[in-house]
Amino acid sequence: MNTTQATDTHAAEHGLSTSGYVRIALILAAITGLEVSTYYVDFGRLFLPALLIMMVIKFVMVVSYFMHLKFDNKMFSWLFYSGLVLAVGVYCAALATFKFFG
Amino acid sequence: MWFTLDNLATAHDTHEGAAHSATGLSNVKLGMWLFLGTECLLFGGLISTYMLYRGRVGTGPRPSQVFDIPFTSVSSFVLLMSSLTMVLAVSAAHKRDERLTGLWLLITALLGATFVGGQVYEFTAFYNEGMGFSTSLFSSSFYVLTGFHGVHVTVGLIMLLALRGMLKNNKVPGSRAETVEMIGLYWHFVDIVWIIIFTLIYLIPA
Repeated sequence: MNTTQATDTHAAEHGLSTSGYVRIALILAAITGLEVSTYYVDFGRLFLPALLIMMVIKFVMVVSYFMHLKFDNKMFSWLFYSGLVLAVGVYCAALATFKFFG
Repeated sequence: MWFTLDNLATAHDTHEGAAHSATGLSNVKLGMWLFLGTECLLFGGLISTYMLYRGRVGTGPRPSQVFDIPFTSVSSFVLLMSSLTMVLAVSAAHKRDERLTGLWLLITALLGATFVGGQVYEFTAFYNEGMGFSTSLFSSSFYVLTGFHGVHVTVGLIMLLALRGMLKNNKVPGSRAETVEMIGLYWHFVDIVWIIIFTLIYLIPA
């Protein structure tokens, strides 16, 4: 196995190469810059959905690439996303209850 | 996937010394992901409480009067970059490059310390502006949420420095790469929690 093949095998087993991680970090930094710009620039009705979408994109990118869920066994994804979905579901229900009956 | 003795002998370094469950997956990794799943519930509760009470400012200052968005943006950027250095430490550990692993762990710890220092400065500034812990429901829920996150970062910081010391003294039990990876998972988790806090608490006005 030559060096390139070894690097590729490593990347496949443990995620991306160093340059790949740096690229992801740059994308995350750019999205953060866009998020901060919403504080200064009036995005009108797009303000809230745009912020929430950018937040979700950053979250998924960190979990998928930095935490390797994209490359790891699906069991880990199930464990983590089950907790996340349960949390979001329970607290949306709780917030809705306070909103309508509080 | 079941491991035979032959498979174990040729297993990748990630799995060396790690106990495996009947699924063939590392028990440590399964436990860590389960723990992180439960942490979602903890922070979900704290974020929901803040969302409920953020308008209840009483006679105290409003969020928009105390939040310093440029400062918090820099803190967020620092924490985000610490995730990059952490993943590079994990990558170096898998390549068995101990010098680079130690270096990236140290840089991650420095970035984490910068973030915690920023949070201490921010809390002090808020207190001086009249926003104490019990000033209003908004301030209480804000300090509990961001304080809990700060404690998580501090615990991560201690783990990073302890791990670096253990690596240096060759005292890491089991698989080194897996140990670095587990602490990395915890560190990335505090980063993703901050991604949510930064958007929902700081950028979306009450």
